[in-house]
Amino acid sequence: MLLVVRDLTVALPIGGRLVPIVESVSFTLGAREILGIVGESGSGKSMTSLAIMGLIDVPGARVSGSVRFRGRELVGLAPRAYRALRGREIAMIFQDPMTAFTPVYTVGRQIDEQIRVHQKISRADARSRTVRLLGDMGVPDPERVAGRYPHQLSGGLRQRAMIAMALSCNPALLIADEPTTALDVTVQAQILDLLRGLRREYGSSVLLITHDMGVVAETCDRTLVLYSGLVAERGPTGALFAQPGHPYTAALLDSIPPLHGPRPARLPSIPGSPPVPAERPAGCPFAPRCAYAHEACAVRPALVASGVQDIACVLPAEGRPLPPRFVAEMSA
Amino acid sequence: MTAPTASSSLSAPRPAGPWRRAGRRLARDRAAMVALAVLLAVTAACLLAPVYARDVAHTDPFTSNVAGSVTIDGRSVDIMQPNDNPLHLGLSPIGPTWHASADLLGADSQGRDLAARLLYGGRTSLLISFCAAALCIVLAAIVGIVAGYAGGIVDAVLSRIMDIMWAVPVYLFAISLSIVTVSQGLKLGPVAIASDNLLIPICIIALVYVPYAARPVRGRVMSLRRAEFVTAARALGVPGYRIVLRDILPNVTGTLVVLAPLMMALAMMAESALSFLSIGVQAPGASWGTIIEDGEGLIYTRPMVAIAPGLAIVIVVLALNVLGDGMRDALDVRDSGRERA
Amino acid sequence: MVMAVLRRLGQTLFVLVGISVLVFLVFFATPGADPTARIAGRNASSETMARVRVEYGFDRPLPVQYARMMEKLFVTRDLTSYVNRGQKVVPEILEAAPVTVSLVSGAAVIWVVLSVAMGVIAAALRGSWVDRGLMMLGLVGISIPVFWLGQVVNLVTQSRYHESWLFSWVPGLGYVPLTEDPLGWFRALALPWLTLAVLFVGIYSRVLRADLVAVQSEDFMRTARAKGLSPARVLLVHGLRTSMITFVSLFGLDFAQLVGGGALLTEVVFGLQGVGRLTYQALSNLDLPLIMATVMYSAVFVVIANAVVDMLYLLLDPRVRDGR
Repeated sequence: MLLVVRDLTVALPIGGRLVPIVESVSFTLGAREILGIVGESGSGKSMTSLAIMGLIDVPGARVSGSVRFRGRELVGLAPRAYRALRGREIAMIFQDPMTAFTPVYTVGRQIDEQIRVHQKISRADARSRTVRLLGDMGVPDPERVAGRYPHQLSGGLRQRAMIAMALSCNPALLIADEPTTALDVTVQAQILDLLRGLRREYGSSVLLITHDMGVVAETCDRTLVLYSGLVAERGPTGALFAQPGHPYTAALLDSIPPLHGPRPARLPSIPGSPPVPAERPAGCPFAPRCAYAHEACAVRPALVASGVQDIACVLPAEGRPLPPRFVAEMSA
Repeated sequence: MTAPTASSSLSAPRPAGPWRRAGRRLARDRAAMVALAVLLAVTAACLLAPVYARDVAHTDPFTSNVAGSVTIDGRSVDIMQPNDNPLHLGLSPIGPTWHASADLLGADSQGRDLAARLLYGGRTSLLISFCAAALCIVLAAIVGIVAGYAGGIVDAVLSRIMDIMWAVPVYLFAISLSIVTVSQGLKLGPVAIASDNLLIPICIIALVYVPYAARPVRGRVMSLRRAEFVTAARALGVPGYRIVLRDILPNVTGTLVVLAPLMMALAMMAESALSFLSIGVQAPGASWGTIIEDGEGLIYTRPMVAIAPGLAIVIVVLALNVLGDGMRDALDVRDSGRERA
Repeated sequence: MVMAVLRRLGQTLFVLVGISVLVFLVFFATPGADPTARIAGRNASSETMARVRVEYGFDRPLPVQYARMMEKLFVTRDLTSYVNRGQKVVPEILEAAPVTVSLVSGAAVIWVVLSVAMGVIAAALRGSWVDRGLMMLGLVGISIPVFWLGQVVNLVTQSRYHESWLFSWVPGLGYVPLTEDPLGWFRALALPWLTLAVLFVGIYSRVLRADLVAVQSEDFMRTARAKGLSPARVLLVHGLRTSMITFVSLFGLDFAQLVGGGALLTEVVFGLQGVGRLTYQALSNLDLPLIMATVMYSAVFVVIANAVVDMLYLLLDPRVRDGR
């Protein structure tokens, strides 16, 4: 296993006390695997990725649990050792490529910088690698693009440059935080294609963070659903889509427009909104919005195996799992 | 649904809540509270200047007293004393005696009680800077709101005028205005203002800082004008003056309030500089700036005359700046003028 | 880019004309007494008054007076001071300029170096006592009247502790030309430089710290850290370079204002014969033509400097280069 996350908990000081934003999240990621982490905004998915990168710099924040990368413990790793890892073995791409590049330097210079921080090579060699990477990412006329400033490029080109920068040192793990959210639909599809191709050409594993079930269905081998900082469900994407075990997963799936068959007049939406971390209920955090909520939900459900999935819900154990969904065709 | 109710229901949250929260936040800011206490103490002391002069120091700080003497520990001492040089050539005023009844901080070149003059000077300095800051903020609010709300050609004209005024170095602009009014005063039709009237420095200082204060106000108003509640009120046909009074003004108050102590600090610095150049407060009036000027000639023999008023300025201006900082943080007003002196 | 430059030049020209009108109005149209008396100086004879009236066209309408004035200032350059028995104003200003430039340049070097150091250290140690201490120090610097600080410096270095080893090198007040005696120039100006710089160190370190702290929360700073850069590199290469844009534009304006006469108070307390002190002498004998000329020149200088700063901006910020 490339990455093994066990009971990862991230607590931030809010109003004078430590409030857990992410609670006991566990998952694994194998070589050349794409794992999707799905959840609404505020579900803790970005915080999870920042914790793996060691980029949480809120004063007083506490990260506990274990993150093992290639067998090496990352929680509590010395800053210097972490720095050598960041950008070289674990790289990250961010949601908005507009703001993620420093505006006053050319794109090429910023990619060169990352290469030269981690490897002792000449400026010219770094640049030729930058140009090659940009070309690999499908950037037309990469030499010219490398000499341009971020604001002079289109959103799609910027995100391609971002991915090129992330891949510049051939990282084993790529964390992509909502890489397509700020892009328009046609460009989204191209970027997802690119991400899918990475494991083949670069042998990278990808942790894809998104709120979009459609993106997950198209891209990920396995899926982790986060709700209010807790794992709601995890399992192979196909199985999870075919028979969601958690009512929250089911509700998320219901809110994607169907590709085939009659379109509903109105997509179902989940009533209410997720609890803020400081006011998370003691029992199942989804219970207040759940159609199946009953007395048993007053106790926080443990994550239990049910078939190939792990589900944090009492329904399967009570012998009344959710009905399977009709899935027209799954591209696996 | 009538327009007024629409306007009020659409406007931003009523100010009471945010104001109270800001007040509480400010009260927790220890530095700002100390600054406020210092300001109140200095103001109170300066207001009591006549009491001090009459009942403690028993002196008139506005008449020359070179022939006078004071009593220290039962001994009578001349106010003007021979210099320390071997030949005892020339006279210097008495230095600090540290006796409240006898020239506590010494006397100035005309034998006047420095401590009493300091208090009177403080009254003038505080009065001028307070009034100048207030006037400047009112003018800036008018310019900023009109320019920001009207936009278009009105905004362009006002902004260009402000640009032009701001291009002239502040102190030189103030000096120019002072020099033309210092000898003959100002005649506005039937109204004549004498050159020693405090209104003149107040108006000059207020005027030269208007472009500085108007800029953040205009920016705030422009962003408010695009805000949804204003767009909605306009769509409902609420008249412009009404939107300005009910929706815009309450929302720029934060910006204006935060500006107040900072403008007062700037005004105090400007007043002292003008007075130091003897084109601010005119004799027989005194301000901290004029006292520093008085002390310039005595700087090597009786430095207290220049040091004391300067320290007073530093303390008050520092307190105003600290308070302004605290208020900016408490009200969370960004971009309300960069620090600038 | 060419269009941007042309537009900027047009604006500059407009502001220049505006300033000349403003200064003219301040000096000749302020309601009060007769401008003739102001120009002629105190206790001028009636012939002088008559001569001034004709020379400046005070018997003609305002626009004519304005044109006459501008001609005197910029074309014939024969604006004369009546108080100083007919001394030409323009050459006098040119003579004083090197002193002012020496004073302001040295102070500028000090304030840029110190404020960048203070701002960066404070931002890097945000929230610590070092940060709070440095920022309070900056605030103190902003709160000290420069002329008073100069007096205190003089008191300490010229009188009280002049004999001590610490200040025995301090020469008497006054200016020594750089071309005559470089070391003397340096010694004569060292304390005035520091005194003038105090205020600006305060302003700039606080502005820079605020900008650096604001930039910390930008996405690109997170990207820079995700690349594995060291904290120092993230702060200096990515943060400081981006924050420098506002810093540089502020610097241009303040530098220009000081060279244009804003350093008047410092020049006065240290007895430096610069442009500002010229104004001060003119003040003490109400020599209006001289004051007006200095104000006009300094404003012109400031406006031109503004334009230069804007051009620099084009170089510093690629976004502005492309017309936003």
